[in-house]
Amino acid sequence: MKALLQSLAGSLRDLLPIILVIGFFQIVVLQQPLPNVVEILFGTLSVVIGLTLFIQGLELGLFPIGESMAYAFAQKGSVLWLLIFAFCLGFGTTVAEPALIAVAEEASEVAAKGGMIANNIEAMEDYAFGLRMTVAGSVGFAILLGVLRILKGWPIQYLIIGGYIGVIVITMFAPKEIIGIAYDSGGVTTSTITVPLVTALGVGLASSIKGRNPMIDGFGLIAFASLTPMIFVMLYGIFL
Amino acid sequence: MNWVIEFFSILLDTLDDVVPIAAIIFGFQLFVIRKRIPNLSKVITGFVLVVLGLTFFLLGLEKALFPLGKLMAEQLTAIDPTATEHSFIWVYLFAFAIGASTTIAEPSLIAVALKANQVSGGTISVWGLRIAVALGVAIGISMGAWRIVTGYPIHWFIIAGYVVVVCQTYFAPKMIVPLAYDSGGVTTSTVTVPLVAALGLGLAENIPGRSPMIDGFGLIAFASLFPMISVMAYAQLSAVNAKRAARKSESTRKSQVKP
Repeated sequence: MKALLQSLAGSLRDLLPIILVIGFFQIVVLQQPLPNVVEILFGTLSVVIGLTLFIQGLELGLFPIGESMAYAFAQKGSVLWLLIFAFCLGFGTTVAEPALIAVAEEASEVAAKGGMIANNIEAMEDYAFGLRMTVAGSVGFAILLGVLRILKGWPIQYLIIGGYIGVIVITMFAPKEIIGIAYDSGGVTTSTITVPLVTALGVGLASSIKGRNPMIDGFGLIAFASLTPMIFVMLYGIFL
Repeated sequence: MNWVIEFFSILLDTLDDVVPIAAIIFGFQLFVIRKRIPNLSKVITGFVLVVLGLTFFLLGLEKALFPLGKLMAEQLTAIDPTATEHSFIWVYLFAFAIGASTTIAEPSLIAVALKANQVSGGTISVWGLRIAVALGVAIGISMGAWRIVTGYPIHWFIIAGYVVVVCQTYFAPKMIVPLAYDSGGVTTSTVTVPLVAALGLGLAENIPGRSPMIDGFGLIAFASLFPMISVMAYAQLSAVNAKRAARKSESTRKSQVKP
């Protein structure tokens, strides 16, 4: 009971800054009263309960399953299956992501207005679907590459910096309309459920393989997942 | 009643997100690993809690905080077109404050911070990392807002930012580099994206000569770039402080030995 109250208080503290910022701007800067105070109170309560449950579930479910699968794959010793799993996890968690679906639709509107594709619904749907598959595929590839890096112990900076140089070079050739969307798509791919799972997987792998340091080798999967979509989306914009 | 309907519609969305993940995990567990999941009932409870937790979390945000925050972004950015750059000061302050405060509440950042704290044996504190990331996001978003106002091309900023990241990578403690790279990606999810997107689109719509389609995007990119810089800077500062403290205790020890 005490632990529950403590974690509720913790969630409230996590949320307090947003409440203060919104309250301050509403009352002091915009000089307007807070609308629907009751609704805001209920909403805040709901957010606090939600955050508390999520963190409990993290420790009970997402972290342990990510780690236990990493250990199981390391014991089994089948690199191929591990890489297939990594790709599926990246692809599967991204393809249904609501944020991605929204971005893909917006991008198809931009493309239609910019004259890159025919301005009708069918062409726009095709474009949006292709973009979604491109991003999901690129995240699958990212997790695969990140897992391979942990297995081989490659230093992360060369891969990431190389990737960013790639982003810069491709930016010069990409259509102007797609650049902002491509840069943003790196941020929308990593959902709240994917991040803990993938982090636990990476750390679990790095701790179960001899000679790997969980701090140096375990982290970095998310970084790959936010880098590759930028490259793939711009390439998609160039070649379509 | 409205809340109940909303609750179930968000619950369905969250399940959409979780079902593919659960299918992949349990599929591989059953057919490839072919071993029982340790503490299966605990893991399932955990998944249920995560789904319920995210649903309550999003319900509260969408019912209470997002409408107000989005309205605020619209009102703050609805400045008359003849305004000088000076009148945007509240917009930049809002961008900074909303960037920092939403990042503190971001569940995926909490997850990564908990893990980093555990793996580093306590060297990286949960709050230290969260505040470093929050500052990075705050600076990134206010700079992104400034870019929309001034109309400078986005890639100048992004490229300059990457150059800083590359330089820092060579000097920062090796332990922090992967975590810093990761923190760029985790900052931008459930809480930050909707509010920041509203701010960007509002600015791009209200400032003459900006197109929402071209200039409205890109704030998220700023929010994922700057945390890398701030997290490495945080580690560099702590390393410098630790060195200085070590030197000081050494010199006091020496001076004690002398007489």
